[in-house]
Amino acid sequence: MIKINNLHASIDGKEILKGLTLEVKAGEIHAIMGPNGAGKSTLSSVLAGREEYEVTNGTVDFDGINLLELSTEDRAREGLFLAFQYPVEIPGVSNVNFLRTALNEIRTYKGLEPISAKDFMTMVREKSDLVELDSKLASRAVNEGFSGGEKKRNEIFQMAMLEPKLAILDETDSGLDIDALRIVANGVNHLKSAENATIVITHYQRLLDYIVPDFVHVLYDGRIVKTGTKELALELEEKGYDWIKDEFSTVQ
Amino acid sequence: METPTHVSKLTQFTSDFKESDLLISNSLRDISRSVLEKNDFPTTRNESWKYTRLTKLSQLNLCTSDNSGSPVKPPLQSPFVISVVNGNVVDVPVIPGVKILRFSECSEEQLLVIGKNVVLENEVFHALNTLYLKEGVFIEVQENQQITHAIQVIIESQVSNVFCPIRMVIVSKKGSKAHVVQHFSGVHSTFTLPITECYVEQNAHLEIDKIQLENSESFHIATDQVYQERDSYFKINTISLSGKLIRNNLNVLVDGENCETNLNGAYLLEDGQLVDNHTVVDHLKPNCTSNELYKGVLNGKSIGVFNGKVFVRPNAQKINAFQSNANVLLSDDASMNSKPELEIYADDVKCSHGSTTGQMDEEAIFYLRARGISDKSARALMTQAFIGDVLNKIDNGEVSDYVQSKLVELHDWVI
Repeated sequence: MIKINNLHASIDGKEILKGLTLEVKAGEIHAIMGPNGAGKSTLSSVLAGREEYEVTNGTVDFDGINLLELSTEDRAREGLFLAFQYPVEIPGVSNVNFLRTALNEIRTYKGLEPISAKDFMTMVREKSDLVELDSKLASRAVNEGFSGGEKKRNEIFQMAMLEPKLAILDETDSGLDIDALRIVANGVNHLKSAENATIVITHYQRLLDYIVPDFVHVLYDGRIVKTGTKELALELEEKGYDWIKDEFSTVQ
Repeated sequence: METPTHVSKLTQFTSDFKESDLLISNSLRDISRSVLEKNDFPTTRNESWKYTRLTKLSQLNLCTSDNSGSPVKPPLQSPFVISVVNGNVVDVPVIPGVKILRFSECSEEQLLVIGKNVVLENEVFHALNTLYLKEGVFIEVQENQQITHAIQVIIESQVSNVFCPIRMVIVSKKGSKAHVVQHFSGVHSTFTLPITECYVEQNAHLEIDKIQLENSESFHIATDQVYQERDSYFKINTISLSGKLIRNNLNVLVDGENCETNLNGAYLLEDGQLVDNHTVVDHLKPNCTSNELYKGVLNGKSIGVFNGKVFVRPNAQKINAFQSNANVLLSDDASMNSKPELEIYADDVKCSHGSTTGQMDEEAIFYLRARGISDKSARALMTQAFIGDVLNKIDNGEVSDYVQSKLVELHDWVI
């Protein structure tokens, strides 16, 4: 699905990713954990195509395509989805209008006809049920006046609508109470299939009780320094990140 | 204003204009003539023209025209169409419940209404209109009549280098209700100078949608002079879509209790365009509400001006007056000059004003793009959302659909 090889990226001349290598196959869920400042959000930003970040070295192959050459919108059209850590409020743009525009631009890119209004509304109803999002929220302005939990559920709702090949959840669990967390996780699990993959970026092990990863990676100082199974996450939760720091900061 | 010792620009400017032989009162014409002799084009030293340069306008070589051109295409279905081509009133419909006359057909009593509230002293554009006006339209909505279809006034210039002064008087009689759509369009290097005088009598309801869609090389200076009696309702939506220079003077005198006044404006400017909205709401009597919302999006090297004055006179207690002007600059070269002014002489009022000018929220653009929406569509969606606040104030669905369709054409909006 995605092969990240020796990825180096910097912002304002400061190198954040220092040779990150990661491969995710279809049907898999990978968790990326790490202390603050390790480069977790940089990784999601670089993959989504934020222009402030400069890729200085390395490659990203997304299902046979050089991802780094594509614009942000084309990455999304190819099937990459980023659930934002801080979803943006867009006053005046209704969720429905926004999603219909997105869906139709993706369909046009793939050479498909625009979706009919009826099919679209049916889809909105089905998918909003999935994340227990009040269908009234669908007609409101994007994220405007939404609670923290509603914003995150709205991210998963969008993911359900756009049916990406690869979803990257950037700290989707941060700031969620246990009920919201369960709803978000249920949504993600429900959308999982043998054809798609998920990268869960998180600070806390808690989310991984609900979304069970096939692999857990520890990101530290711009590199994946450790890879294991879900037990690694439990170990991190118990021992914190200091032992990782002690072990790997000497490498520098 | 200084007295020119040589031939003024204004004298040169008017050299090819023919004075009107209309029955507008001779005294008004005499005053206008002397205003034009004593004054020149206002310069940026004049406070109310500080950001709007008239040099290019003053250099135009224009003449008045008798050419009544070819028929115009009205934007709406409504059968009530008044058409004005090159400053000539071409068509006047028969509308049940409404008296519509050309000025040349008006009674002396009706003619006396014209210019009652239009200041001439030092106002060269009002004087130009008064002196060179060839024809005007007098619309009187009869007492207690509800006019269901919009009255369309199509003002079009079809030949270049033509000067089109036009005058309209709208009298909304007691208890009447009407909706007027003014639609301006035209070819390049024209100068349209409309004055609309509205008298909204007791308990009457008047709504005007003004769509400015002239050529990107045309000039437009408009004055709307509104007078409201008690219990009346007035609303105007000014949508400026295209023009080289558009100046809207909108003055509302609220001279009765329990009135509602709504002034809304939207302007979308491309490179080289200027839109200047000068509004005055003057509350003379207590217990009234006024709302003002102007929003603009400025691209390229364009200039926007907003000056909104609200007066609350002594003893005009319990006034609710709200004013807001918000702008988005799409380019580094665009500029906006916004000046809200409140003058309040009563102590029990609720008044607020706000003015903001900012840039497009790039974080929101990124968010939209990350969902597969192109940069261009993302910007159009954001612009639409921003201006949408004003377009939503247009009550007539057909008018708002029309405006939307023009925005799709001119600014690639996605509906």
